Amino acid sequence: MSATDRPRGGHQPSRCRVCKEPAVIDLPRHNANFCADHFLELCRRQVTKAIERFGMLAPGERVLVAVSGGKDSLALWDLLTDLGVEADGLYVGLGIGDYSDTSGEHARRFARERGLVLTEIDLRDEYGYDVPTAAVATGRVPCSACGLSKRHLFDRAARDGGYPVVATGHNLDDEAAVLYGNTLRWDVEMLARQLPVLPARAGFPRKVKPLVRLTERETAAWCLVRGIDYLVEECPMSVGNKHLGYKEALNRLEAESPGAKAAFYLGFLDRMAPLLADRAAQAVDGLERCLRCGAPTTSEICAFCRLVERTAGHGPVPVELALARGRR
Amino acid sequence: MKVVLRNPVREVDIPGPRPAYLVLADLGLAREAHLVIRNGTLVPSDARLEDDDRVEIRPVISGG
Repeated sequence: MSATDRPRGGHQPSRCRVCKEPAVIDLPRHNANFCADHFLELCRRQVTKAIERFGMLAPGERVLVAVSGGKDSLALWDLLTDLGVEADGLYVGLGIGDYSDTSGEHARRFARERGLVLTEIDLRDEYGYDVPTAAVATGRVPCSACGLSKRHLFDRAARDGGYPVVATGHNLDDEAAVLYGNTLRWDVEMLARQLPVLPARAGFPRKVKPLVRLTERETAAWCLVRGIDYLVEECPMSVGNKHLGYKEALNRLEAESPGAKAAFYLGFLDRMAPLLADRAAQAVDGLERCLRCGAPTTSEICAFCRLVERTAGHGPVPVELALARGRR
Repeated sequence: MKVVLRNPVREVDIPGPRPAYLVLADLGLAREAHLVIRNGTLVPSDARLEDDDRVEIRPVISGG
């Protein structure tokens, strides 16, 4: 027991549900507190359960982990390697000023200290644009160009590197927030595709989300307990996005009713997603090859190549300018 | 106690002793969206924070 864990002045610290040692975290949704070791065990169990329940990984499969330098992707990479999965990382430099510089440093340090393989792609160097520039050139929110670029590049890197599966750090809060948004709009097509596993199909690797049973408070705590130095600062381009508002709304529900987020999302997977399975199957029909890059697409030129085309010739746009344009 | 907050990084003084969940409430911060770190160690929300503690309240919500 460290000096800081010791009860002082008669105050009794909360105890781990399993071993009765002083707890480091309270998890109201489990109606329990946990010490560091048993918290890590809980996280491993939740990730293993997600992988097995949804058939995410086959034994011995090499996994490409989408790494941003933030808590979720580094926790995911750490958890997968901890569970014995062969997992390499891919980091995409998005060109979001100091934020991207720092996030890259966190990803590289994590990989270096653990002897893991990290591949890097820089949008500006290799495709002539960055996320702030794409936001201004397309007139759309930065998160749109960011997501599109990352999806395309992760798919391509998996194909080129012979990885059958790409793992992303989407957690329970992410998935519950997306589900909340899709439900508010009754976006049936998006609801049908909101699954923790998207099967491989022509030209696309399988996509898996092993952290869907962990909240982001839990992934951050995993990093703290494991001594992982992740990027705490939030992406400046995500300020004020709808996703954050949905998370805040769900956290207010969670405070009143612990376990509400898990019941909402995991209940959707158990009871609603099966009813939408036909819709999900329809969505994979009718894919062609992009005439420029060969990626699977529903049109002649894929969305990524169209984005590269629209941003061609644009000089770099500073983050502040992209944000100012977005607020107008 | 000195309490370090993030986004942006800043420091506030809060008198102790005080349980972590009340410090969060004083600052208008949701428990589900934050971790409390006392003298470099993660602590649960009912941990008592003393006047001489160095506390960080770390947000965990990502926008992506």
